[in-house]
Amino acid sequence: MQTQTQKKPPVTIVLFSGELDKAMAAFVIATAAASMGMTVNIFFTFWGLNVIKKKGGLIKGQNWMQKMLNVVNYGHARKLALSKLNMMGMGPVMLKEMMSQKRVPSLDEFIKTAKTLGVRFYPCEMSMTVMGLKKEDFIDECDEIIGAVSYLSVAKDSNINLFI
Amino acid sequence: MDFTADKTLDARGLSCPMPSVKTALALEAMEEGKVLLVLTDDPVSRKDLPVWAQSTGNTLLGVEEEGATIKIFLKKG
Repeated sequence: MQTQTQKKPPVTIVLFSGELDKAMAAFVIATAAASMGMTVNIFFTFWGLNVIKKKGGLIKGQNWMQKMLNVVNYGHARKLALSKLNMMGMGPVMLKEMMSQKRVPSLDEFIKTAKTLGVRFYPCEMSMTVMGLKKEDFIDECDEIIGAVSYLSVAKDSNINLFI
Repeated sequence: MDFTADKTLDARGLSCPMPSVKTALALEAMEEGKVLLVLTDDPVSRKDLPVWAQSTGNTLLGVEEEGATIKIFLKKG
């Protein structure tokens, strides 16, 4: 897009957390930065992988520990807890309602908007291996799967680096 | 202030950061020198959209208020 051809220094976000509120914060910054013409990269690692998981497929992984982890840690963009006041799942329901009243996009919509604006999504290879997750477990919006060195090669040239 | 807008973007009801996102997408589809009128009722956008314009190399022509609606005129480029 026109605004992106101006070669702004990139914004690189590590999304480590898998909670709705933290993911929202990451996506608000990502979409705002992308609207300003900055190149935006988001690295999804560890619990943050839940944000870009596809819905469904409760049992994933190769061994019993991975399978157990993935059952207990089940989640996707529409099913994430809050980092505070989760109240057994009542918190996210209330927050989503409050956000939609104020016409704040849902996380799902943020993901689509971010993609439209050219934000790049990178799942972390190591976390995926540990948890026994495969590329097909993630939404189609994801770009390539990368490791720490590739992340750092992008981060070192970014002006804004966030770890959420 | 009276500018003739080539295109109007009604961003009323939307909250941060969507007005900037929609503005970016609307301007992307427009030619250099054309004027976009953004309608918003988000108080944050009153500050944010002029900053957005400055940092993206677009021109802020003016801001008008009409009741709850804030009218922001932007020129591409």
